[in-house]
Amino acid sequence: MREIHTDRIADTVARLCIDACYNLGDDIKMLLEDAVEKEVSPHARKILEQLLDNITIASTFGLPLCQDTGMAVVFLEIGQDVHITGGDIYQAVNKGVQRGYREGYMRKSVLTPLERINTGDNTPAVIHTEIIPGDRIKITAAPKGFGSENMSRLKMLKPAEGLEGVKDFILETVIKAGGNPCPPVIVGVGIGGTMEKAAYISKKALLRRAGTHNPDPSIAELEQEMLESINKTGIGPMGLGGRTTALAVHIDTYPTHIAGLPVAVNIQCHAARHKEAWL
Amino acid sequence: MSGIKILHAPIINQELNPLKAGDAVYLTGTIFTARDAAHKRIFKMIKEGKPIPVDLKNQVIYYTGPSPAKPGQVIGSCGPTTSSRMDVYTPLLLERGLKAMIGKGPRSREVIESMVKHGAVYLAAVGGTGALMASCIKHVEAVAFEDLGPEAIYRLQVENMPLMVAIDSEGNNLYETGPRCYSQIE
Repeated sequence: MREIHTDRIADTVARLCIDACYNLGDDIKMLLEDAVEKEVSPHARKILEQLLDNITIASTFGLPLCQDTGMAVVFLEIGQDVHITGGDIYQAVNKGVQRGYREGYMRKSVLTPLERINTGDNTPAVIHTEIIPGDRIKITAAPKGFGSENMSRLKMLKPAEGLEGVKDFILETVIKAGGNPCPPVIVGVGIGGTMEKAAYISKKALLRRAGTHNPDPSIAELEQEMLESINKTGIGPMGLGGRTTALAVHIDTYPTHIAGLPVAVNIQCHAARHKEAWL
Repeated sequence: MSGIKILHAPIINQELNPLKAGDAVYLTGTIFTARDAAHKRIFKMIKEGKPIPVDLKNQVIYYTGPSPAKPGQVIGSCGPTTSSRMDVYTPLLLERGLKAMIGKGPRSREVIESMVKHGAVYLAAVGGTGALMASCIKHVEAVAFEDLGPEAIYRLQVENMPLMVAIDSEGNNLYETGPRCYSQIE
């Protein structure tokens, strides 16, 4: 059985958190460049150009893209033939987050929910674990800012509301959010499962390379249709008007119960930060 | 859109009056940071009749909580935070002479009414451009509530900070007119 030491896990988490907060993926950059070309509003074009400038300044001068370096969401996909040595894997992840946020000079935004007392080191992370075939571990760090997280919603639709109900809920969520989640956004949607499954797959959909489609052609078509309707709202970059409200819509589905139709919409700002590594 | 206008901080009224929603602005001068916790404290001090740490007359407040500075850097990433969380405190600050606010996202009707009454503007910075904004900040000094860490009040010297007038002193609101102008929903 292949062994992986928790020190390697901690090191990787630290590195991925820093990388995610400083270097935006080229998928977002390409979508923004494309949006500048297509945008009809002069205000909006200016804003999109500033977003591109910001990406360059962040990586050139070593500054986080956004001061809200988020709550660390870490996905662990653990091969079933891996043996983890060196202690508690969750402690290792949190040690990595702690180190990454300290060494990367990232903001510590995590606190107790009611007393509002800052934990001081941005831990604990939100850790999602899945068991996968094989003898490797895939680690994804996805720091999530709360400007956009706060605009996310979940609804248990009635089956009779069907596809139209799903579309209305997605659009309504983006419209209600307006300029608050720092559009242009990436919209992650989870349809089906149970309440928490819908929320989980909506978040996981955000990890996909932005702008790529669900392999199911009917869902891919729905993604394209929703992207077009969202961009017809006129909300535009930062909510100040324009045709670029979303850069991409990512939808994932899961079978659900005969009596239900859960839909979760996880809104992600343009700083769609996520980095992954295989151990 | 006309050319980019220049604005100095603290505010000189002659510069503020001609600003219209949608104008692009470069801001240069001295401004103060304050976000949720600092607003809550200032609000409470004013309500209790206590002196506040900054004279707000003609001043500009930037809603931000920067990330920590690395050695050799003036400041860490320093973009705007969502302004609406400050809405409940803002009218009282405008009464005290606050002339401009920098943040992101729409403001409440009460804030806009108070802005019109007191002749203030709301300037939008582009959310998520913390690195770009930091590059315009030349000097930083903590002036109050240092126990709040990133939420303390800092005095910033800024140069050519790229902003947009989102709500002007007549109450014209780009968050309403902008999306309406580009909406394609029948």
